[in-house]
Parts: sequence; structure tokens; C-alpha cells
Amino acid sequence: MSALALAAVGPAALPIPDLTPHLPGIVFGGLAGVSVLGAIGAATAPRIVHAAFCLLAALFGVAGLYFLLGADFVALGQVIVYVGGILVLLVFGVLLTGRTQVVLGQEGPRRPTGAILAGAAVFLGLLLAIGGTRWPAQPRPADPTPTTAPIGRAFLDPDQFLVPFEVASVLLLAALVGAAYLARRRREP
Amino acid sequence: MSPVPLLALPGAPSLAAVGLGPYLVVGAALFSAGLVTVLARRNAVAILIGIELMLNAANLNLVAFDRFGPGLVRGQVFALFVLVIAAAEAAVALAIVLNVFDSRDRVDVDQVRSLKG
Repeated sequence: MSALALAAVGPAALPIPDLTPHLPGIVFGGLAGVSVLGAIGAATAPRIVHAAFCLLAALFGVAGLYFLLGADFVALGQVIVYVGGILVLLVFGVLLTGRTQVVLGQEGPRRPTGAILAGAAVFLGLLLAIGGTRWPAQPRPADPTPTTAPIGRAFLDPDQFLVPFEVASVLLLAALVGAAYLARRRREP
Repeated sequence: MSPVPLLALPGAPSLAAVGLGPYLVVGAALFSAGLVTVLARRNAVAILIGIELMLNAANLNLVAFDRFGPGLVRGQVFALFVLVIAAAEAAVALAIVLNVFDSRDRVDVDQVRSLKG
């Protein structure tokens, strides 16, 4: 159909394809692309700061995939803890240790061939394993429901995860106190 | 608890119409990229970035298996534990990296051979 004919018919008659059945695939493809491209960027960016920002893209993509999987609480935890905490910590680490250009600004790649070969071999092996496994026939899962209440019950139920939950909180406290102790600036004698 | 659909559009297909396999493939790709990062980089902070990628891949698999599994939230609970461990690990590792940088002016893991100043 030529542009002239299109203009004559008018926009109302334009055939708008109904994309609704493909929506899950489209959303999944976009989020997966953001995650994987971010991960590849984090692996290959020559500057560490750029790698950190590629990791930001990958983390947001994975958070979106969590939303797509119906795990709303984990997705928000991912955004808050990873993006708000760990990534900021990493960027601080990059900047605080980047005083001299030689040390950190640009690192020369260290014969990455072996690493890339190992990564490709692991990826191919995982692909073969995923493709070769007969997953149990999955009924289409029900629509996602809010997960905060079941997760909270699972954490505080003594028959499920109460003890690991408390141990994790003590571990986090010990790790943060230890990190603050390690990172303090020693007074010069 | 009454199941309240998060996306209650009438006639909308379930947003989980993508099967389990694609999620696992994305997880495998993230893990491989993290592995390449850990193996190929010399900077300690960059190696931490790779470790975070690998932890995220494992988390993605946990949540995906939870979604396509029997419907308990155990996979998500484990993902949250992994999140906590990752936070603790990143804090301690960065403290060590900063200390090493203070005493040696470098964070190249090939050249740092001892932790004692």
C-alpha cells in the first residue's frame, strides 16, 4: 500500500495488529535483553566504572524479570538492596581505589581468551542441560498474587525459616560491624 | 488469604506465559558473563561485580523454579537469603579492598599476595 493510499484511507483504517497475545514474550524479551546486555557489558567494559553501571542495567533487568515471575517482594528487595546498597558500595569502592590512573582507570585485559572460552563452555553446557532435561509438564501458573504475607509467615514460622532468619540477621550485623572495623582509618603512631 | 490477581485485566493472558526454559537460559547467560568477569578481570572490585552477577543468576533460577513449582514461596525465601549474604559479602570484601589499597596503592589481585601489611 503506497503512502498516498494510506493518506487517503486515513489513520482510522490502519490495521493495528493486536499484540496482546505476544505481550508476555515481548516484555520478557525486553527485560532479558537488558539483563544479558548489561551482564556482557559488565564483563567487557574497559573501565570499571562503566562495568558498574552495566551491572546497574543487569540488576534492573533481573528485577523486572522477578516482577514478571510474580515475585513482587523479591523484586523490590533486589532494587533496594542491590541497586540502593551494593551497587552504591561498589561505585564507592571503584572511586576510592581509583586514585591513580594506572592502578584502576583502565586495566589491560589479561589474556581474556581463556576466560571467554571457559565462560562459553559453561554456557553451552548449561544450555545443553536445560534443553536436554524433560521438565515436568507445567500447567500454566495461576495469576500472580501478592507474596509479602506468605514470605513473612515463612520467615517467622518456627517450623520453616525462623532459625535461618535470625542467623542471617546476626550474620549481617557481624559482617557490617566487621566491615566498619576493617575499613576504619588507622591512626599513625 | 484470598488470591488477589496483581494484573486483573479482563481477558489479559497470564503474564507468566513464557515457560521455564527461557528464564533458565537468561540465568545461564548471566552466570557465564559473571564467570568471564571473575576470570578475566584483575581489579578486585571488578571481580566483585562478576560475583554479584553470578549470585543474581542463581537468584533468578530460584525465583523461576518457585514460580513454576508447587506454589510455596520457598524459592523466594532462599532468594532473599542470598540477597542478605550478598550484602554482607560485598561490605566485607570492599572493606578488605580499601585496606589493601591503603597499604599497597593497588587492588590488582595478581600482585597482591599477602593480607598482612
